[in-house]
Amino acid sequence: MAHTPTHIDFRANVQHVPPQMPPSVQKATAKFLGNRAGLVDLYGPDNWEVLREAGHEIRLHAIHHLDHYLTQLEEQVTQAGGHVHWARDATAARSIVLQIAREHNVKRVVKAKSMASEEINLNHALEEAGIQTLETDLGEYIVQLAGEMPSHIIVPAVHLTKEGIADLFHDKLGGDAPAEPTALTAIARARLREEFLAADMGLSGANFMVAETGTIVLVTNEGNGRMCTTLPPVHVAIAGIDKVVPDMPSLSVLLKLLARSATGQKISTYTSFIHGPRQSTEENGPQEFHLILLDNGRTRILKDEVARETMLCIRCGACLNVCPVYNHVGGHAYGWVYSGPIGSILSPQLLGTAVAADLPFASSLCGACGDVCPVKIPLPKILLHLRQRVVEGDQVEAATASPVIQAGVSAGTLALGTPWLYQLGTLLLPLVQKPLQRGAWLPNLPPPINRWTMVRPFPAFGADFRAWWNKRTGKPLTPKWLRNAALIAITIEVGLAIAWLLTRKRGDKK
Amino acid sequence: MIAKAQLFITCLAEQFFSPMLKDMVTVLERLGVQCEFPEAQTCCGQPMFNSGFQSQARDLTRKWINVFDRTDGYIVSPSGSCVDMVCHHYPDLFPAGTVDHERAKAVASRTFEFTQFLVDELKITDVGAVFPHKVTYHASCHLLRGLRGRAQPKQLLQGVKGLELVSLNEEETCCGFGGVFSVIYPEVSQSMMEVKVRNIEASGADTIVACDAGCLMNIAGGLKKVNSPIKAMHLIEILAQR
Repeated sequence: MAHTPTHIDFRANVQHVPPQMPPSVQKATAKFLGNRAGLVDLYGPDNWEVLREAGHEIRLHAIHHLDHYLTQLEEQVTQAGGHVHWARDATAARSIVLQIAREHNVKRVVKAKSMASEEINLNHALEEAGIQTLETDLGEYIVQLAGEMPSHIIVPAVHLTKEGIADLFHDKLGGDAPAEPTALTAIARARLREEFLAADMGLSGANFMVAETGTIVLVTNEGNGRMCTTLPPVHVAIAGIDKVVPDMPSLSVLLKLLARSATGQKISTYTSFIHGPRQSTEENGPQEFHLILLDNGRTRILKDEVARETMLCIRCGACLNVCPVYNHVGGHAYGWVYSGPIGSILSPQLLGTAVAADLPFASSLCGACGDVCPVKIPLPKILLHLRQRVVEGDQVEAATASPVIQAGVSAGTLALGTPWLYQLGTLLLPLVQKPLQRGAWLPNLPPPINRWTMVRPFPAFGADFRAWWNKRTGKPLTPKWLRNAALIAITIEVGLAIAWLLTRKRGDKK
Repeated sequence: MIAKAQLFITCLAEQFFSPMLKDMVTVLERLGVQCEFPEAQTCCGQPMFNSGFQSQARDLTRKWINVFDRTDGYIVSPSGSCVDMVCHHYPDLFPAGTVDHERAKAVASRTFEFTQFLVDELKITDVGAVFPHKVTYHASCHLLRGLRGRAQPKQLLQGVKGLELVSLNEEETCCGFGGVFSVIYPEVSQSMMEVKVRNIEASGADTIVACDAGCLMNIAGGLKKVNSPIKAMHLIEILAQR
């Protein structure tokens, strides 16, 4: 089961991608993106851009005024008869849940989908306290049975095939489990229905929290969210403090963006508005409602001017769907509960770059994530910002890259940035490469640049533009080079070192 | 003369695509553009910047600006990613209000990627090229999303006589180059490159065209690895054909 990682090794993780996984992931992400594109067209691409901009402004305003909106939210929830708890970190949040569970002698918990609860590893804490905890979102239920982490923010079991799920059901639940989605859903449904009725406590996350009204908003497609939050006598919702929005008009913008971006729906099947516990005039609903507001590093993220826009995220998963890296490696390669581009910027900030320094580099910087993001998080810019944090350090964290690499890159920069050294290298590289050259290619280069040639050959160096240009303009070669001829040997070294060191974040582990 | 262009040849293109750079001069001069070549130019700093080494990138940036801000006219480059670096990242490397920031903004405003220079600035889509081949086009990420250059390369390809442009499945998906990414995570880069190569082969084209040296290194290498007869070319090399 998920534990908070102490080190994420992305390259090691991608070595273990099961071959059936990428096609399974790509099928789902292509479907979501296709649906999304259809709805964006229907909405009108220009209108969609207006909506994205509005979403961006609403979220930015909310995270810039968290003090105001969270206080307002607390007042409203309390007025509606709910209890609000503030959790500085994962430990505090888990203790609050366990305390509530103890007070109500809770033995069985049903859970609706909640990334925040995954983030704080809540299931493990509950199980340790002897409380049976059951995920009721179908995907979450499957990964819980498999003892895995979710591999996608909105479709946790996207990495599994229906055959794999059938085998899992057969192993864990016994009985026949045909590899057919409807039949598998029916098996889970029958099991879950009993649990909803027997549970002592329902746990959920929150897609949004509306400050003005104290309303918790849940977006689901299976109806399990409603069951978890209405049937058991106690409902506990856990949400990051970033999930607050000012009012209902803001919410309506974000709901439009979320459903379209996530699954390509105009609106999700269920959008639940939860306003405190059961009121005296109501027949249904929990007798108690608790809202846990989780910080767990979020205020630290908000202090950084560039990276704070990470907190705009509404967890739609569109950046995962569109990311070519995610589509080839799946969510588990990212080593924690958040995956894809948003995981690559969120995990290093929540866990620290000492733990997750690999992730900001797990992107080709193609920019597709930034373009698809419904609230216009500048993901590529934040990836670059965090790469800088890893390499150079900033006011948030010290550098984690080795000083040797720093020195190497500085030497390389000097060579690349000094015209006569650069031009000398340009003249010499075509000669130096001769022993390795096969026609127009360098098929095998020494480590660490063999990381290029293990995949495809490297083109042979062949710079002759300057000579051509000088010839046609009648310019002689600059005599400065002769003066510096004594440095040729050094230059060769530096020239080769540039390319190698640039590509090295740290030493090869293999 | 319809314009003056300072050639920003980029270090990657200089090392590996010299014939294309000569073609760039040929095409520009045919159109009546006066070319100049600031010889002290080296690397724009993008490799350092994208790897997180921003102070080193800032050194190269200053040097690049020193070379180009004493020139006049347009600054034209055959690489979308290097132009994206100059246009979108140079100003951010220096605090707003500083002299360096203003100088960065000034050179950025003169710097154009080749296809955008032709189509948007010179208003030219037909350069009189002839290339009787079946061609497909890969949209390089930084030209497409960084510089919003979706239409220009295709408009130029459509202006080439005899050229049949065929569609490429997942045309706008990254080829897996990503600069430093391709050597930090070679296995992932490989998966992405292999899909790109398969899509290129399925297009039925005999030539794949892109507008960035990085993508071309990756795609050409991938094609070579499977001994594909398909040729990877920079768009400029096609525009130079008669």
